[in-house]
Amino acid sequence: MPLSAQPASSAEPYVLAASLDNARHLSSLLRAVHFQDHATCFATANGLRVTVEDAKCIQANAFIQAEIFQEYTVQEESVTFRINLSVLLDCLTIFGTSSLPGTSTALRMCYRGYGYPLMLLLEEGGVVTVCKINTQEPDELLDFDFCSTKVVNKIILQSEGLREAFAELDMTSEVLQITMSPDKPYFRLSTFGNAGSAHLDYPRDSDLMEAFHCNQTQTNRYKISLLKPSTKALALSCKVSIRTDAQGFLSLQYMIRNEDGQICFVEYYCCPDEDITEAEL
Amino acid sequence: MRFRAKIVDLACLNHFSRVINTIAKLAKTCTLRLTVSKLYFILSDKVANGGVSMWCELCQGNFFDEFQMEGVAAEHNEIYLELVPDNLSRALRTAQSAKAVKIKLTNKHCPCLRVAVELPSLSSSSRIVTHDIPVGIIPRRLWNDFREPSVPDFDVSIYLPVLKTMKSIVERMKNLSNSIVIEANLSGEMNLKIETDLVSITTHFKDLGNPAWASEDGCQSSAQNRDLESMAEARIDIKKLQQLLAGQQVNPTKALCNIVSKRIVHFILLHEDVSLQYYIPALA
Repeated sequence: MPLSAQPASSAEPYVLAASLDNARHLSSLLRAVHFQDHATCFATANGLRVTVEDAKCIQANAFIQAEIFQEYTVQEESVTFRINLSVLLDCLTIFGTSSLPGTSTALRMCYRGYGYPLMLLLEEGGVVTVCKINTQEPDELLDFDFCSTKVVNKIILQSEGLREAFAELDMTSEVLQITMSPDKPYFRLSTFGNAGSAHLDYPRDSDLMEAFHCNQTQTNRYKISLLKPSTKALALSCKVSIRTDAQGFLSLQYMIRNEDGQICFVEYYCCPDEDITEAEL
Repeated sequence: MRFRAKIVDLACLNHFSRVINTIAKLAKTCTLRLTVSKLYFILSDKVANGGVSMWCELCQGNFFDEFQMEGVAAEHNEIYLELVPDNLSRALRTAQSAKAVKIKLTNKHCPCLRVAVELPSLSSSSRIVTHDIPVGIIPRRLWNDFREPSVPDFDVSIYLPVLKTMKSIVERMKNLSNSIVIEANLSGEMNLKIETDLVSITTHFKDLGNPAWASEDGCQSSAQNRDLESMAEARIDIKKLQQLLAGQQVNPTKALCNIVSKRIVHFILLHEDVSLQYYIPALA
């Protein structure tokens, strides 16, 4: 059996080794950023970050902190590789997506280093699956240079508030316009579709509003097609932090609580739509 | 040639529907062979359907309250019909809460299986839904094409793992590959493998057990002198395997497969009164 063929843990040649009692904790987070086939994995001592990008305009990051794993070791300062995310998800959910209560898929993940495949050992109910997923040359990732000191406006909402709004978004509109302001309308989502414009306002004293720190009135537009994938993360999350910087770059941070009550984060960065003119505001 | 049958018991009816649904999932058209004691659904290996063949056998006594048939001749007391099982499956879908279902071979404009479903009704007049399913009568000279395939001279025979687990694994693998390698040995171990440019996946099952085949004929000769550890393997079309696992509603009490190295995989699903055999040829 391949499991017993593994060398003893002290002599492991792996630059990255991690194990997880319940592979669903990983697969559900990865599904929240699965809008492109390929992802770049970046592992440090703090944990694993999985990044997916599209059209050089949107970037999604799933963070799985080292504490989520039962065992987590990184031999180098950082380990980076690119992988086919669809394949990785198929492997992680090989025993099914809806595991019965009381059963879970245990996972051990290891990577020898550049040029080697990512190895997954999955076990459920005595059945063992070994996957070797070929890794690829990592992509150069976008640097949104979005740091907390440059944030102009920030709102933290309970996700249910935004879920409703996103579920009813007018998809015939090309853009979603977000207005954040210290004065009325405080926080407004607008669409401009075939059937007319729609505006959705959140009062700042709404029960859904956990925090409201807006310093300056800002109106930016974002392509709906780019934001749409983030609804996968929104669906899983309990809270969302919406931030913009001076250039109008948008950061959506989703706080996701897994079945064991552990907290993970998925973050989406999105460029503003350039075509906006002063007159349209 | 005459055939009429009736099911009254709801449990029998649902069980019969499940068997028909299974057949409908596995074969677009098939042959229905009727004898005095049994019904057979047969798919013989044609290149057109990928060389897959099926043999499903039901004891009529366990399903039908009435069953009368008269074959073409006393010495050949059988009927062979060609039908689209999906039509029968759809006809039975209306019968989920039926009081009774009658099935009869008729010949009005063309040969048909008439499925008459008597539905419960609140008033005194009964509600009957009738489906006429066109069938083809297979002449006697072609009957020889539909003989029961013999159990192949297999290298390894092994019990299958929980089909739900196997189904989920094969479904994921199907997303990634067109073919799957099934290998097993006589120590109760079975592996499912795929290998592509992107990924290689192997699922290992153990402690499955190997059925003991009585030595009434010489069919287990290859298995007898075999090294217990050595694997017999066959690469098959993953879609065909997935169809079997996803389509089966027989909920077998016993499921096993026989592997003839590099030639064929023979699946047998057994439920007390139903046996379903499914043959998937190995790919080159």
